[in-house]
Amino acid sequence: MLDKTIVGIIISAIAFVTVYALTPLLIKSLTKRNLVVKDYNRVGGAMLPRPGGPSILAGILASELTLYAFFPSVEILAIMITTSIAFLVGLADDRKVLGGWFKPLALAGCAIPIILLGAYVPHLGFPLFGSVNIPELYLVLIIFIIPITGNTINSIDVLNGVASGFMTIASFALTISLFIVHNYDIALASLPLGFVSLAFYKYHKFPSKIFPGDSGALTLGSMYGVITVVGHVEIIAAIALLPAVINSFLFLSSVKRVIEHRQIKANPVVHTEDFKLMASTEKEAPITLVRLILAHGPMTEKEIGFTIFRLALFSAALAIITSFMMGIKI
Amino acid sequence: MNGIPLFTYIFIMWILLIVGGGLLVTIIAPISITGFGTINHLLDSSIKALIAILLVVVWIFIMSKIKNWIFQKQISH
Repeated sequence: MLDKTIVGIIISAIAFVTVYALTPLLIKSLTKRNLVVKDYNRVGGAMLPRPGGPSILAGILASELTLYAFFPSVEILAIMITTSIAFLVGLADDRKVLGGWFKPLALAGCAIPIILLGAYVPHLGFPLFGSVNIPELYLVLIIFIIPITGNTINSIDVLNGVASGFMTIASFALTISLFIVHNYDIALASLPLGFVSLAFYKYHKFPSKIFPGDSGALTLGSMYGVITVVGHVEIIAAIALLPAVINSFLFLSSVKRVIEHRQIKANPVVHTEDFKLMASTEKEAPITLVRLILAHGPMTEKEIGFTIFRLALFSAALAIITSFMMGIKI
Repeated sequence: MNGIPLFTYIFIMWILLIVGGGLLVTIIAPISITGFGTINHLLDSSIKALIAILLVVVWIFIMSKIKNWIFQKQISH
């Protein structure tokens, strides 16, 4: 156990320091190559570098490879391969605008290594009631989980710092839950996700210096999805993601089809004269989490971000409570 | 406090997830199909999958109704 604690500290440090050190270099490189996009919520519309995905992936791979050197397992291999493929899917979307269905289908393909490596147990565990053995259905579930978690994190990447801050809270909740359900190996493998998100948040928080882009958001979301599968914590993971799930649910139920955010006709939020954000009054505008938060009146981007973080902390607490409930059977 | 309906919504989603899990484990999982020879297993899995999908649809329907109920004022704005 002491060995694992020391390795945990080492890989957490590697994950954090890699992203913390590489991101400023990436910002310089992207700016130099004019790979910048407009921050529409900033006064004057500053141009910001995108994507931050490469530094996020570097942090994940550096720490997971170190972990693999100490404790080789198919689960860690599945995490690295699936996350890397999801990064490439996101990078393709960053470079070229692809259709609404491209990402879900390509991310479904990212789940194949998990199946081929056999890095799963086909049991679905529920709090209080035990688990069910679903050998065939679980394969279908794996194919669905990666696109869902990837796109859910991507869809919440709407304001400065929200995706990375939200992911920091959700992934640390997942790590704590994995410890509570005594899945120490995967808890260890999940540590880099929280530390990578935290280090990236330093540059992504309001006012952002870089955007994660699809490559960054899909990398974080997909890694969260793989940990969910290889750690057998599907329900707990879903609970920690509830605010982001609500955002996707509200969006899909108002537009009633799978489309890219850039394809929507009316923006769900508009700017006030003092550049705060307020809910759009247009009927065609989709309902989103941010729009509901703004229903009480205009807020600054930073205030909205902190409201989302409070919701994330609430869901994280529910996820941790649920992980304690996994050990109770009625 | 700003966002109380959202906290309520998350809490209701959490309860529904636990209740849904209970239904799956205690009622649907023990269902066993026999009398169809070699296709027993396939039939058994298919029926369970169908019920699980129906449960998800019901879950989405309930969440949609609760969403309209909780956020009625906000949505009408």
